[in-house]
Amino acid sequence: MRKGLTWFNVTSIALGFAFLYIPILILVIYSFNASRLVTVWAGFSTQWYWALLENDQLIDAAWVTLRIAFFSSLVATVLGTMAALALTRYGRFWGRSLFSGMIYAPLVMPEVITGLSLLLLFVAVNFDRGFWTVLLAHITFTMCFVAVVVQSRLVTFDRALEEAALDLGCPPFKTFFTITLPLILPAVVSGFMLAFTLSLDDLVIASFTTGPGATTLPMRIYSQVRLGVTPEINAVCTILIAIVTVVVIVASIVTKRAENLRQAEERAALQG
Amino acid sequence: MAAEKPRNQTIGAVRRTFQPWADPDKKPLIRFENVVKRFGDFTAVDNVSLDIYEREFFALLGPSGCGKTTLMRMLAGFEEPTEGRLTLAGEDISGIPPYRRPVNMMFQSYALFPHMNVLDNIAFGLKQDKMPKADIAARVEEMLKLTKLEKFAKRKPHQLSGGQRQRVALARSLAKRPKVLLLDEPLGALDKKLREETQFELMDLQMDLGMTFLIVTHDQEEAMTVADRIAVMNHGVLMQVAPPAVIYEQPATRYVADFIGEVNLVEGKVISASGDETRLSSPITPHPLRVSQSLGLKPGEEACIAIRPEKLRISLDEPADTSENCFRGEIWDIGYLGDLSIYHVELECGQRIKVSQPNLSRVVQRPITWDDKVWVTFAPHAGVMLTR
Amino acid sequence: MAMAGEKGRGRYLVLAVPYLWLVALFLAPFLIVFKISLSQDAIAQPPYTPLLDLSDGWAGFTDYLSQLSFDNYAYVLDFSNEFIQAYGSSLIIASISTVLLLLVGYPIAYGMARAPRSMQPTLLMLVILPFWTSFLIRVYAWIGILSPEGLLNQGLMALGIINEPLELLNTDIAVYIGIVYSYLPFMVLPLYSALEKLDLTLLEAAADLGCPPTKAFWTITFPLSLPGVAAGALLCFIPAVGEFVIPDLLGGSNTLMIGKSLWTEFTVNRSWTVSSAVAVLLLLVLVVPIVIYQNVQQRELEAGK
Repeated sequence: MRKGLTWFNVTSIALGFAFLYIPILILVIYSFNASRLVTVWAGFSTQWYWALLENDQLIDAAWVTLRIAFFSSLVATVLGTMAALALTRYGRFWGRSLFSGMIYAPLVMPEVITGLSLLLLFVAVNFDRGFWTVLLAHITFTMCFVAVVVQSRLVTFDRALEEAALDLGCPPFKTFFTITLPLILPAVVSGFMLAFTLSLDDLVIASFTTGPGATTLPMRIYSQVRLGVTPEINAVCTILIAIVTVVVIVASIVTKRAENLRQAEERAALQG
Repeated sequence: MAAEKPRNQTIGAVRRTFQPWADPDKKPLIRFENVVKRFGDFTAVDNVSLDIYEREFFALLGPSGCGKTTLMRMLAGFEEPTEGRLTLAGEDISGIPPYRRPVNMMFQSYALFPHMNVLDNIAFGLKQDKMPKADIAARVEEMLKLTKLEKFAKRKPHQLSGGQRQRVALARSLAKRPKVLLLDEPLGALDKKLREETQFELMDLQMDLGMTFLIVTHDQEEAMTVADRIAVMNHGVLMQVAPPAVIYEQPATRYVADFIGEVNLVEGKVISASGDETRLSSPITPHPLRVSQSLGLKPGEEACIAIRPEKLRISLDEPADTSENCFRGEIWDIGYLGDLSIYHVELECGQRIKVSQPNLSRVVQRPITWDDKVWVTFAPHAGVMLTR
Repeated sequence: MAMAGEKGRGRYLVLAVPYLWLVALFLAPFLIVFKISLSQDAIAQPPYTPLLDLSDGWAGFTDYLSQLSFDNYAYVLDFSNEFIQAYGSSLIIASISTVLLLLVGYPIAYGMARAPRSMQPTLLMLVILPFWTSFLIRVYAWIGILSPEGLLNQGLMALGIINEPLELLNTDIAVYIGIVYSYLPFMVLPLYSALEKLDLTLLEAAADLGCPPTKAFWTITFPLSLPGVAAGALLCFIPAVGEFVIPDLLGGSNTLMIGKSLWTEFTVNRSWTVSSAVAVLLLLVLVVPIVIYQNVQQRELEAGK
């Protein structure tokens, strides 16, 4: 019985989404404010965006952040997928609960603890802090998110498909790359995207583990935000929001298209 | 449930004489009056009028998507008719929400509450009625006994086998003693042997409790076994409503004849009709066909003769009388089922017909085998003439 | 590569690489934190003593052990240093926020699960989308709204509801708003996935047995959504206890939260040893909810099989 939405459902969804989106919308609108005062609307202007182009510090920070996000999420995707395979496929092994504990704990671990502990590790082994330490830190905490996303796909994976490949003479390693990986690819890709955004977003862990010359964008924004609201920061935030929104919407349209095409093909096939 | 219980002597008597639908003075318990149900452009139930009587075991039979489930769900209150009226014991029940209708349903998926044990599942409906605690306990106890679930009272649904879950669902829907029990494919998830046993248990239960059962099924054997009357549905329309034997022996349409059991449909043209006999010619055999039935057809009109495979006779020898009701052909294929064999006979014109013969003897001198030339015959009362 | 009976080297590596990575970069750091929490601050590099020096052999090790002490814990647990208060107020703020998140998130998740199938992916995306945009940005957005001359006060004054600006920014209220706002997707998603899985024929069965819709919600829907409630609550509660950015940007000077205290101890007071002790104690406080969370997650995955 799908009775559809009652007025209560509609209201709660509408209010919920208003709560989620209005603050972001206000921020975006005020990035186009001509006035430096963020509370008074003084007409439309794109001056703060042009001002950003001259802010070398900010551009440097953005570049560092992107590089860290890209490389860390790449490694995290590989490690996380391996961890997910181990968790779903290996049954019982020595230290299994320790392993699954190390996968799940970082998901909820307060960032100050993770950040502090990694910093103390890098100091203890005398590792110069900077780009590489942030990268290692990000790989460590994002791989767990990848593992969970991929694992939730793997538990519903039909093992008979792999068994069929093995039965037809395909060795295990090759079976993984020709059968398993293509089928779990959507989960692996969303794991990658999740790792990428988490890395882009991270302030606390990066602040602990970074060193000279590796200031990330969230750290820059944070140090400015502490001094108060400025239109430049609104402009930076708007650009980030725009990029993320476009990527997410394009990704969802692409998957939706593929899904629609598949369904149309299935219908056509059924009708002969 | 029935095995060790002495047979209720009245059952046979009741079953033999139970025909409330034949009594014009009898008031139906459930009445569908010109009921139509549309979902958008799709008409799920198309102008259905149907009476169901108290203490009847009634089956709605049809392929999936024929509207039988929608018809039942309207009675339960999950769907409202787009047009028409639906009455229960003389009262219009449209607009009454499901939780106020004196009707209970056994769901196809059983819909057992996974977070409650067997006891709480069975007691659920009684608690809604604010029945005193002691009465609830007594009724639940009775239901557990009835369905032989006493040992499982404290188990959760996931700790039960398929057959046990089915019995919990049944006990839960019976606990409130509804005026009508609706059963939506109640045995669909059971394996064949258990299903057959449970069919007889259901019949005994219905008789003992004196309740009205309405069952929805796509399994024709199940409908034939359990029901007093069957309604065959297709595309939202009632094709025929009659007791099982009538549905089988006197189908009203080609659709019903074909849907229930196996049938050979022989198209023909009326040569002559007299009294209670009709003679036809058919393109598939040079011999004329005769059926002891008259539908008032004129010579030249088209009709079709439906003949069940078991009502055809097959032999290697030419029959004594070949003037009518016989076909010549060759064995195309044989299906040996143990108790009977099914012969696919290819006639001279190329059409194939099915003949089934009981395997009466363990050893046969000369069994019919592939590529044998055979004669197939039938008696005039074995075929049914259909015009629709 | 993980077939039953297959005992190749590849199979071994698939487990060993992520396992060793996490041991080295997740588990080992905790042991180091614990070790440093037992040391003393020093003006040196690294800024604590003693350092383990194995050149003296066994004697060096015992010497090292004898210098370890629980002084930092005594310091943290001393009432006058306000760490205890920070732990307590973090737990209270996180608990209240979790309850608020449930109250806000449940109706949204419920509405989404009841929406037509075709709309659900879009609604789901709309809930996730803010999560993809930076956490910092979302917290920052509220500074402009909650400040005395911010939009909320402007709006309320324009409507004549208040005469002078409300003190919202730099209060605990702002912290609650910030936490609820930032963590809402984490609450809605597990609730939605629990509610969406609910077999609607169960509600039909309840109605059929005489149970009206509101009652059916409390006897069927809500109990069956409890795994989602538990997952969502823990997913929000645990990180909220250690939250640093939100109390720092939205909270006032008297908003005590342990994440902020740790950060201040580390960056302002530069005491690595005390911050380590704070971290160890925070972890001890959170160990029970984290273990429960793992069990809930594990059960969810088992159920998915």
